[in-house]
Amino acid sequence: MWLRWSIVAVTCLVGVSAEAGEPVAANPQSVVIGFVTEHQHHTQSASPLDVNADDEGLQGARLALSDNATTGRFTGQAFVLAERVVSDPQSAADAVRQLGDATAFIVADLPSDALQAALGALSDGVTVLNTRVTDDQLRNEGCRGSLLHVAPSRAMTADALAQYLAVKRWNRWLLVIGRHPEDELYSAAIRRAAARFGARIVAERRWTFEAGNPHADTGHVNLQAEVPAATRGPDHDVLIVADEADEFGDSLPYRTAAPRPVAGTEGLIATAWSPVQEQWGALQLQSRFHKQARRAMTSRDYTAWLAVRALGEAALRTQSNDAHTILSFMTGKNFRLAGFKGESMSFRPWDGQLRQPVLIAGPRMLVSVSPQPEFLHEGSNLDSLGFDAADSKCRRP
Amino acid sequence: MIKAMPLATLMAAVVLAAADARAETIFVSNEQDNTVSVIDGGTLAVAATIAVGRRPRGIEASGDGKTIYVALGDDDRIDVIDVASRKVTGNLPSGPDPERFTVSPDGARLYIANEDDNTVSVLDIAGRKITADIAVGIEPEGMAVSPDGAFVVCTSETTSMAHFIDSKTLELIDNVLVDTRPRVAQVTRDGKHVWITSELRGTASVLDARSHAILAHIDFAPPGVPLELVQAVGVAIARDGERAFVALGPSARVAEIDARQFKVLRYHLVGQRVWNLAFSPDGKRLYTTNGSSNDISVLDLESDRVVKSLGVGRSPWGVVSVP
Repeated sequence: MWLRWSIVAVTCLVGVSAEAGEPVAANPQSVVIGFVTEHQHHTQSASPLDVNADDEGLQGARLALSDNATTGRFTGQAFVLAERVVSDPQSAADAVRQLGDATAFIVADLPSDALQAALGALSDGVTVLNTRVTDDQLRNEGCRGSLLHVAPSRAMTADALAQYLAVKRWNRWLLVIGRHPEDELYSAAIRRAAARFGARIVAERRWTFEAGNPHADTGHVNLQAEVPAATRGPDHDVLIVADEADEFGDSLPYRTAAPRPVAGTEGLIATAWSPVQEQWGALQLQSRFHKQARRAMTSRDYTAWLAVRALGEAALRTQSNDAHTILSFMTGKNFRLAGFKGESMSFRPWDGQLRQPVLIAGPRMLVSVSPQPEFLHEGSNLDSLGFDAADSKCRRP
Repeated sequence: MIKAMPLATLMAAVVLAAADARAETIFVSNEQDNTVSVIDGGTLAVAATIAVGRRPRGIEASGDGKTIYVALGDDDRIDVIDVASRKVTGNLPSGPDPERFTVSPDGARLYIANEDDNTVSVLDIAGRKITADIAVGIEPEGMAVSPDGAFVVCTSETTSMAHFIDSKTLELIDNVLVDTRPRVAQVTRDGKHVWITSELRGTASVLDARSHAILAHIDFAPPGVPLELVQAVGVAIARDGERAFVALGPSARVAEIDARQFKVLRYHLVGQRVWNLAFSPDGKRLYTTNGSSNDISVLDLESDRVVKSLGVGRSPWGVVSVP
């Protein structure tokens, strides 16, 4: 009973009245979207220029809500974001269980462990849109019917980078791998991409130095000795770094043993979004976001924006707030989501992944966008990124 | 012998001679170069390149064909080009980030879509003043005015709507949900239909200008082109209302449409990322801007073939031709 009352309190805060236990969506005018976010446990970024905002994701979801509401004003539909900030897997599971009483759609800006806990607590008929976890396992063996992925998977971003490097004919890669399990997963995606697009990994190196405090005076002296030692290897065209936590990758450019560009998780990156993206009207999205959040839009903000927009688009197009109607339109063949990356996006039926272009970005400018026109596909060229239907190990009901 | 020549043949010869010595001039805005290319319609060669302000996109001619207006997204203004001297002679104010605009039939106003401000600005040309701002959906883009000047249509890209505005009261009359990311609006010459293209669904919708009901959806599917690359942008509807053309963006095709039956007749292969279209003043040619191949294509409408590609500046965006 306490849980029921607490969810009513939350939804009242955001302007929706609901009787305990009664789905808010029963109100014909209102479309309720759940949003669960966990603040990042701050690791210390190597670069002082990195912005560590505590409202990443949330700001993107809020902007999308206001974008939905603008159209909704004309169509007579109201959109509500039921926001829950959680701190660990247990509170993520609790939040998802409670939100399940209010809405059939929950956008999850959660790290991997919290997402798993949330999925375990999911009520029947509730769909989660994952905007943060990039694990390919969740799109393959670990897939499920109630889970959609808006964040591109590691395989998609690795393929996007590999396509660009293939077009450049930078085909010999030296792979430097960090110490975390995520770095292993990223490296696996890089190896798969190399095999798919004709590159060769000439050697792999482990980054074994302690991350160290980047603020240390004369810290560059140690790095100037460490980086050449860790990056020495057979001749290569590009150095690929796997360091998802940003512990050391930013220290590599200009210090490597060979004068080669750095790509991967640092340097030239493949990403869902970047503050440097201005093409295809993105300038307007960046500008709207900046006005609202007073900071640059990150990938987590962008994927949260996309997920809330996807639900809004489906509700507006179907003129409905019925969960089944929204879900079947959103995951159907006629769904086209505009996401400021030059092509329309839609969900892959075989694994629930949103197919989308992937940005190839430098630290200060957009470099390219994949898929590259040189790589074709019998269906959608966007399906040349990540796990295609034939490769997928997902068996969705 | 000369006397015996049938009149029709003589007329044909005269028409042919006139066609050979075309006096029209084509103006193309080059988004990446901050220039406008001036093309001689007779020789189909670039005759001049005019430096304008930053990020020129929307380009339109005054009703008398003597003046060209160019919207400058990064300078928040409209540059004015004198056709005769091919010089920028001044500029006009606009709202923030003007993209597309349209000239009122009486030549007194510009209706300007301000992409970054969710408004349509009404500019009094003679007074050089914005006289009204009308709030519309997110990212207003396409602008069209009816031939009698009575109503204005604006499309908003993120809201995916066509907003109808009464040009007397300058108030919204209606808002119609259309296909995803609507780009361009055009009103037919008889004032009965409004055509609206959708960039990301790759369709054109035809709306009844009075009831605003959607009369037809035209789907585009050039053979062998992935659906994401079929993006509908520029529209040109022939004066007689028989044929229409729609630029299909990254598919590098222009669709030719039977504008009475709303059926696609054929696809013409043009340059890459074809974005906007303009007829020649005599309606016998169609010019296309091809943003990624930095050229324009010339479609001869009598033979129904692309007869020439012509290099202009970088990222050509808009095109207009004047007699």
